[in-house]
Amino acid sequence: MTTEELLKILQGKFPELTFELVATTPDSAIKVPAERIAEVATFLKDDPTLYFDYLMCLSAVDRKGSFEVVYHIHSMKHNHRSVLKVSLPGDKPQVPTVSHIWRTAEWHEREAFDLIGVEFVGHPDPRRILLPDDWVGHPLRKDYVMPEEYQGLKVAYNNLEDSPSRDWE
Amino acid sequence: MEKDRKISQTTDPASLSTRDMDIPLGPDVFKLDAARVKEIDIIEGDHMILNMGPQHPSTHGVLRLELLTDGEVCVKITPHIGYLHRCFEKIAESVPYNQVIPYTDRLDYLASMNNNLGFALAVEKLMGIEVNERVQTIRVIMAELNRIASHLVAFGTYALDIGAFTPFLYAFRERERIMDLFEDVCGSRLLYNYIWIGGLSHDLPPGWVEKCRDFCDYFPPNIDEYNSLFSFNQIFIDRTADVGVMNAEQAIAYGATGPNLRGAGVAWDLRKTEPYCGYETYDFDMCIGTGEKGTVGDCWDRYMVRIREMEQSTRIVRQALDRLPDGDVKEAIPKNFRKIPEGEVYMRTEAPRGELGFYVISDGTQIPYRVKCRANTFTSLSAVPEIAVGAMIADIVAIIGSIDIVLGEVDR
Repeated sequence: MTTEELLKILQGKFPELTFELVATTPDSAIKVPAERIAEVATFLKDDPTLYFDYLMCLSAVDRKGSFEVVYHIHSMKHNHRSVLKVSLPGDKPQVPTVSHIWRTAEWHEREAFDLIGVEFVGHPDPRRILLPDDWVGHPLRKDYVMPEEYQGLKVAYNNLEDSPSRDWE
Repeated sequence: MEKDRKISQTTDPASLSTRDMDIPLGPDVFKLDAARVKEIDIIEGDHMILNMGPQHPSTHGVLRLELLTDGEVCVKITPHIGYLHRCFEKIAESVPYNQVIPYTDRLDYLASMNNNLGFALAVEKLMGIEVNERVQTIRVIMAELNRIASHLVAFGTYALDIGAFTPFLYAFRERERIMDLFEDVCGSRLLYNYIWIGGLSHDLPPGWVEKCRDFCDYFPPNIDEYNSLFSFNQIFIDRTADVGVMNAEQAIAYGATGPNLRGAGVAWDLRKTEPYCGYETYDFDMCIGTGEKGTVGDCWDRYMVRIREMEQSTRIVRQALDRLPDGDVKEAIPKNFRKIPEGEVYMRTEAPRGELGFYVISDGTQIPYRVKCRANTFTSLSAVPEIAVGAMIADIVAIIGSIDIVLGEVDR
């Protein structure tokens, strides 16, 4: 199933929403309104002809000024895959959780919150997962500044800017 | 009388919460936040919290499992991960594409070749690079040899977890020969940096093919030895059959892939269903769990899928050696990474522990804009709180071992 076909099905099912084709290569995606992602996901999973029962990957991306959450979904039954995207405002990135639809999203969303700082509304366990609970900031944001110290320990022992590994620039 | 034995009465929860607020306790291991104090407060009867890890021989790395136990039975399991977090994704956003390859080695350090391959294929798809037959065939050989090596560690350490020491030595005896083969080809025994974007770091040295063929002849009889020594040993079967059952639905919902999914009876192998590197041209069988000794998807099934896969991998290596064509293995390696087309790609490959996915976003510069590593053991581990509820504490060890986690990849 191509992205265009899926877009047509979604548009037919949710006529009040505006879906958008994101024509990136080689994988294209469908942009879904952020506040309705859980409903769209439920439909995609439950519809017998689509049956996207498997969430391969959930990633958050810092787009410098806005955020994106990307869902790579796949159907074990029909062996087709697709990509969904939601765009979130830079000042308050919030999106409904899909962890009740695909259970694997629970940890992926915790990771996205931990490293990028996207908030998943309705998540059953919204804690950091990889970093310590008292870590400040979200390191994968493009404007993240490395702290000098963590609990009295020096964090950056090597200044990346001066390191010879950056000689490609 | 039972109710009098509340934990809250031996340690007053009010004092716990004040202690938490006033004195910084350092590592979060010993920290009790307000929510946790509340949870402890509702524990009744014989419930007890048991910390397994962060340093525990059965956790295969640094993993802490917080078990809420009722006697010997686990009522609730909370895994705490991140002890081995090395900022892979952050580093990948600050170095050129080709320099990311050595960092992928360190994700699942028992299957570095497969990690190299996954990332190389993702970037090749992004850049539209086609590699020649020889490169593809050598990649298949390396990926399958590494799969055998990785499954050998899984098998050996699983035996160790269950309480049998000898199989571990058997497994490492064979693994050593694979390490020798890798050392001959790229100079390293654990972290290879061998499969590069567009090719390979070295061609095969003279005499390597014969050495590899020797290994393919030597190895399969050993699998029979493992089976008679361990797999069909009644004590082992009693420890693992009907334990930690993960059914197909749970496995798919939690994104557990690879041997964990096939152990649950789902015929799903990316080498068959979404072939890459020409896997569709090789003749091999998919091994799935059938509930031979207990229920479909129990620990024994997951374990046995790995043992049987080693045999299939040997078959693939043999076929690849037979067809190995001539060619230049560095032919398609880009001279530099200055002209990367803008785009996004999600490429997934069948690593020994399941689906290894790389989501790479390029903004046209020589440095990736975003790299997300979809780690297979990360998702498999997330299923543990569900499948291990109601198990005995000793069975938790069997379950964690049968999931076959590598914390280097869970934490990235």
